[in-house]
Amino acid sequence: MVTAGDGARVPVLAAERISKAFGEVQVLFSVELDVLPGEVHALVGENGAGKSTFIKILSGFEVPTSGRILLDGEPVSLPANSAAEALGIVMIHQEFNLAEHLTVTESLFLGREICRFGVLDRRAMRAETRRVLDMLGSHVDENALISSLAVADKQMVEIAKAISREARVIFMDEPTAVLSREETDVLFGQVRKLKAKGTSFVFVSHKLDEVMEISDRVTVLRDGQWIKTAPTSLLDGEAIAQLMVGRELSSLYPSKHEPNVDEQIVLSVRGLSTGYVRDVSFDLRKGEVLGFSGLIGSGRTELMEAIAGLRLRTAGDVEIRGNALPAHDFREATARGLAYMTKDRKGRGLLLDEGMTSNLTLQSIGQHVRHGYLDPSSEAKAMARAKRRFDIRVRDDRVRVGRMSGGNQQKLLLAKIMETEPQIVIIDEPTRGIDVGTKQQIYHFIAALAREGRSIIVVSSELPEVIGLCTRVAVMREGHLVGMLEGEEISEQMIMRYAAGLRRQTAG
Amino acid sequence: MSTNSEIEERVPRRRTWRDVDLRAVAPFAALVLLLIIGALVNPNFIGLTNLANVATRSAFIAIIAVGATFVISSGDLDLSVGSMVAFVASLMILFMNSGAIADPSLMLVAAMVLAVVIGSACGLANGLITTVGRIEPFIATLGTMGIYRGLTTWLSQGGAITLNSPDLQAMYRPAYFGTVLGVPVPILVILLVTAIAAFVLYRTRYGRHVVAVGSSREVARYSGVAVDRVRTIAFVIQGLCVAVAVLLYVPRLGSTSATTGILWELQAITAVVVGGTALKGGAGRVWGTICGAFILELVGNIMLLSNFISEYLIGAIQGSIIIIAMLVQRSLTRKS
Repeated sequence: MVTAGDGARVPVLAAERISKAFGEVQVLFSVELDVLPGEVHALVGENGAGKSTFIKILSGFEVPTSGRILLDGEPVSLPANSAAEALGIVMIHQEFNLAEHLTVTESLFLGREICRFGVLDRRAMRAETRRVLDMLGSHVDENALISSLAVADKQMVEIAKAISREARVIFMDEPTAVLSREETDVLFGQVRKLKAKGTSFVFVSHKLDEVMEISDRVTVLRDGQWIKTAPTSLLDGEAIAQLMVGRELSSLYPSKHEPNVDEQIVLSVRGLSTGYVRDVSFDLRKGEVLGFSGLIGSGRTELMEAIAGLRLRTAGDVEIRGNALPAHDFREATARGLAYMTKDRKGRGLLLDEGMTSNLTLQSIGQHVRHGYLDPSSEAKAMARAKRRFDIRVRDDRVRVGRMSGGNQQKLLLAKIMETEPQIVIIDEPTRGIDVGTKQQIYHFIAALAREGRSIIVVSSELPEVIGLCTRVAVMREGHLVGMLEGEEISEQMIMRYAAGLRRQTAG
Repeated sequence: MSTNSEIEERVPRRRTWRDVDLRAVAPFAALVLLLIIGALVNPNFIGLTNLANVATRSAFIAIIAVGATFVISSGDLDLSVGSMVAFVASLMILFMNSGAIADPSLMLVAAMVLAVVIGSACGLANGLITTVGRIEPFIATLGTMGIYRGLTTWLSQGGAITLNSPDLQAMYRPAYFGTVLGVPVPILVILLVTAIAAFVLYRTRYGRHVVAVGSSREVARYSGVAVDRVRTIAFVIQGLCVAVAVLLYVPRLGSTSATTGILWELQAITAVVVGGTALKGGAGRVWGTICGAFILELVGNIMLLSNFISEYLIGAIQGSIIIIAMLVQRSLTRKS
């Protein structure tokens, strides 16, 4: 119907064969999208599918490598940064772009203040702000400080800002990620109102139930490629999930070794809560590779950091081989053989200005102390061993770690963690930002560690990785552990259903 | 085996030219350059007596700067050292004047121990305010700078505090003016303090942790380093170094006043930065720091011996040195 009756309706905004590369990494391949007047167009895809980059291009925050953008059927080159707002294209960012110390009115008019005789006309600006907020049915006080507002109200201010600029197309990058269900309903109500007046929305979301609820059409991206655009009414959540992930596993992964059911439980987490994570319980057996899947922001890293003692836990117990592990004591956890490998290797994993050896031994420096002082030859031996074991390839051993490739950095970080001889290894995003060859190596290292009898937790946002490596997969959503999948159940569609909130196991 | 060692030998030799860390070498190159300029300006300059004199006079700043190397390497800053010198020296002299211990040599030892304890305590206070109080070190030590200075002014009632006992003075004098095997004591103290500091910074677990904390607190935390403890101990080391500097300072004049040590914090920081330690933390260079302190004193000496620049401009020249040192550091970083 959309296509048939639409011959006359010119898209407000259309993207034609948009490609984008960052350096040598191609993130978008000839992607197409058209936004009709008064339509809510959902853009969905896995983490890393290129959604954020794509809408940044469409709103002028990034320049495409090739392809063109049509506004009302005419090719345009969007001015850089938020100047595209003048054309009626407004982007509401995932992180709010509001200065906390300004009032609502000041935020709305930031950068285009109304002046009279060179003096700010506050009365006019306040009146206009009130008018827009009333139109949205929002009760936010126009004189309130942004910092005093609830998250949903901040979202509303962002939308008011967009409307007051007479936006024709509003891009929303995961607008509901920080909203409660009630707040989401309010937001959707406003979206429908504006839509009726002809404003178009492009809505990026991982929450498929919301996509079904609010959108008119859905476009699916996968690995930077356009997969399908279809009216929402012709799809259901399952179909979209399938489109998002539909891809085959290759021989990238080593064979799995399932531990015996009666194998010793080395790590036991009971009712663990933090500020965001709620009441998570699970067990880890000796030699097991347990996956943790879920969307970005589902609380996996927070959970793991709480287990490792890097973050306070508000409730719950962690036991290593039956002995309780004290809360918030990372060094005790390390001493008991639990290691946590951060996903932020540049910010939290490695000292970029230092050499490889001092990075390798930083966490296990005690092993290299002889009679109170460091023994460089012992450190050099450890470095040589680590290079062999993890195949770290550098031309010069004295290179600064910051200048090594991502793959070598990741191997070094893994080597550093393994220097503490842990029996339980939590690896957060083992292959973020590294090439496929190194990925494969890292997968084999992980499998080898498990075969040595160590227990591994792999936290990953890449579904194939979790499926290819793990014998059990836990799925988290909004701070809760919503599913524990085993055997045949472990599939991309099934994980996606749990992660997107279409399914949920009742806690056992 | 033989091929192995061959390769290992060949590779480093090729590296030396390309990969020499210019930032580590720069301060020593600057020192050599200054010595040449000095020799050209005045032939007396290069004489051993003059150079030994310069080194002796640089002792206070050099020793304080060694402590500052630890604080700055761990990513902090201590502005209170100048006031701390005045405060510790005042208490030390007041204690010796109190006559609490009759035996002069015992009294002297007790006073020295007291100075070390007070210096460490002042450093500990700085460290705890910064870490436990979670206050920026710049502000925390700006506060204690005022406190230590104010207490000194109060103790001295705005005037000077002078060591009364001539016995003690005579006994203590050699600590600054004496020589061992012809080498002035302060120079020996500099070398000793620096050697110990270099050992701690480069060859102990604590030193490695200092550099890690200074490079990235987050990485250090995620590697199980007790970040706050490392930072606090660095402040204590700074306090200890200040105390050692006071031990040399008191016998020199046998007196302190409310203006003792004014602007020494800036000279110490300058020495550290000129020595090649990055002000943003990480990579500490203890020997470079000594070199930096020596450069500062040499510049003053050259100005004194030459007649074309007024010695009243010394502050301006030292100020320029720190800016030039930063510019050189930055351009070298960009190249490497």
